[in-house]
Amino acid sequence: MIAGCATRRGRGSLLLRLGKTALGANAWLIFAFLYIPILVLIVFSFNDSRSVAHWTGFSMDWYLRLFSNEPLLRAARNSLVIAGVSTLAATAMGTLTALGMDRYPFRLRSSFDAILYLPIVIPEIVMGISLLLFFNLAFFPLLQALLHFRMTLGVPTITVGHIAFNIPFVYVIVRARLVGFDRTLEQAAQDLGANEWRTFWRITFPLLLPGILGGALMAFTLSLDDFLVTAFTAGTASPTMPLYIYSLVRRGVTPEINALSTVLLAASMGLVVISLVLQRRR
Amino acid sequence: MSDYAVELIGVSKSFPTSKGEQIAAVDRISLSIKHGEFFSLLGPSGCGKTTTLRMIAGFELPTEGEIRILGESMGETPPYQRRVNIVFQNYALFPHMTVYGNVAFGLEMDKIPSPEIRERVTEALRLVRLPGMEDRRPKQLSGGQQQRVALARALVKRPAVLLLDEPLGALDLKLRKEMQLELKHIQAEVGITFIYVTHDQEEALTMSDRIAVMSEGQVLQLGTAAEIYESPLSRFVADFIGETNFLDGELETVRDGLATVLVDGTLRLSAGSAASDLRRGQPIILTVRPEKISLHSRQLDGAVAGQIEELVYIGTDTRYQVRVSEGSRLVVRVQNSGSADQAGFRQGDRVYLTWDPAVARILVR
Ligand SMILES: Nc1ncnc2c1ncn2[C@@H]1O[C@H](COP(=O)(O)OP(=O)(O)O)[C@@H](O)[C@H]1O
Ligand SMILES: [Mg+2]
Repeated sequence: MIAGCATRRGRGSLLLRLGKTALGANAWLIFAFLYIPILVLIVFSFNDSRSVAHWTGFSMDWYLRLFSNEPLLRAARNSLVIAGVSTLAATAMGTLTALGMDRYPFRLRSSFDAILYLPIVIPEIVMGISLLLFFNLAFFPLLQALLHFRMTLGVPTITVGHIAFNIPFVYVIVRARLVGFDRTLEQAAQDLGANEWRTFWRITFPLLLPGILGGALMAFTLSLDDFLVTAFTAGTASPTMPLYIYSLVRRGVTPEINALSTVLLAASMGLVVISLVLQRRR
Repeated sequence: MSDYAVELIGVSKSFPTSKGEQIAAVDRISLSIKHGEFFSLLGPSGCGKTTTLRMIAGFELPTEGEIRILGESMGETPPYQRRVNIVFQNYALFPHMTVYGNVAFGLEMDKIPSPEIRERVTEALRLVRLPGMEDRRPKQLSGGQQQRVALARALVKRPAVLLLDEPLGALDLKLRKEMQLELKHIQAEVGITFIYVTHDQEEALTMSDRIAVMSEGQVLQLGTAAEIYESPLSRFVADFIGETNFLDGELETVRDGLATVLVDGTLRLSAGSAASDLRRGQPIILTVRPEKISLHSRQLDGAVAGQIEELVYIGTDTRYQVRVSEGSRLVVRVQNSGSADQAGFRQGDRVYLTWDPAVARILVR
């Protein structure tokens, strides 16, 4: 009996040690799997030759070249304009929707809540196709018929598409912030002589601001590197950064693409970090 | 100007329940609160105190009745146009503003020039004994300090009426006692009418000029602390305020306001100030406070005989439980004025109880 116990304990601790080692190794493998490709991409953006496989020496040339690449700069400008406008619009709409849903209970509110969350899980390709169909089959013909105005796919339609997929994200983040919101603070303000308007701007808005900014940064990031919805709503004339990179890749990978991707990566990561920090602040 | 700071005239408030019915949180309350009065709404949790206060402040509109502040009917006047301010139970300090910002907020809303704001905020913080804390955030203050900021924030507006919703509820006992006295002092200093909500009867007795005892949305009794303590009009009030004895009995006779009550068919007790509409044989409750009863070791004229079943020494007093008949016990509190071994009675001792008939009350069952 005693011996049996001892063996079992011995085997147990061996298994435990093996398990620990395996778990540790697994963690390292996953890190490697996730980040080695990105690391390679970054490293070769500094390569001193056209090769993306053989390291020949350090250089910043590819980065410098980015700034004299006309089509690239146009794409970058498109991206920033679309991200900026869609972020502003989606943030305003998402925030107002969250406030309305929080403040005015009505029948079926929870169903509406779910409907607002839904676009987050709808496959993006479905969203892209549906937007494309909407513009081509409904919006453009209607515009033509009513105002005799001919419109084609381009920056405005991309922006509308981005607003559509960004609203739910802003909504979710602001709504979460409203859940912990102490309504007696607003009542205290009203008690002290603030009407509804001043109560909103002096109390509600400043307290929601971290959530709103967090939502806005999230929206900006999502818009900057969106590919699918953009591809369906872009037409041919005005690519964004991700579309432009994709078109370059089809002609062959150069370290210039690495450099461009590295810039995008840094920008996105920075925005996400700021967004998370803002959301954590109370 | 009206004689009263606040008047409630037949005020009711119902809320819809989840089942679609209406539940009356406040049920036809009428009160007239005088200028400069320290007025308490006292009652157990859920009896409608907060709802009453919120209707005065303007956060809820009565479903029936009228509220007047300084003689003026409030109707649907929004909170920011009423000359009352409220101290919330959780203080509701603005977390994104400093202490100064919090206290100055109400004055900024009134568009007071900033030199005057500075002066008045400083004065208000001095009043609540919190000078030098202007730049702190609410989070950096203790509960007691937050409470003072909330008080300063409301008082700085110089309202006609200050509403306080269990303002000391979150503080520990010692601090609560201190703040009770301090609130009294502050009220005397500023001369503002206070309407004070509490479920703590001791607090209400200590602080108030007048008390309205509430139960289930109604005011059961209104009066000074002494009136309510000495002359409760119902079993609920007698029970809720302080400790008391209840003896169920039947009325035998009433003569010159003095009633004789038969308890347990054997015990004949007398009680004063009986209501005039009582009939012979009517089932009633006799109530007498434990500290109004004296214990004697010798039989006295009109004394009730009993036996000590239990005694508890509680410092200032000793609390005896005395069996006076088969089914009845009376609690007696005797002050320990002498030394401990002189306290006299022991468990099992035969004792005789007397009280002034005027201090015993008769309540209709
Ligand atoms: N907004 C509300 N909706 C529904 N019921 C409420 C609401 N406010 C208060 N009540 C109900 O009204 C009753 C009285 O509440 P309240 O005034 O808060 O009591 P108190 O302050 O004396 O504890 C309670 O039964 C409470 O559940
Ligand atoms: Mg309450």
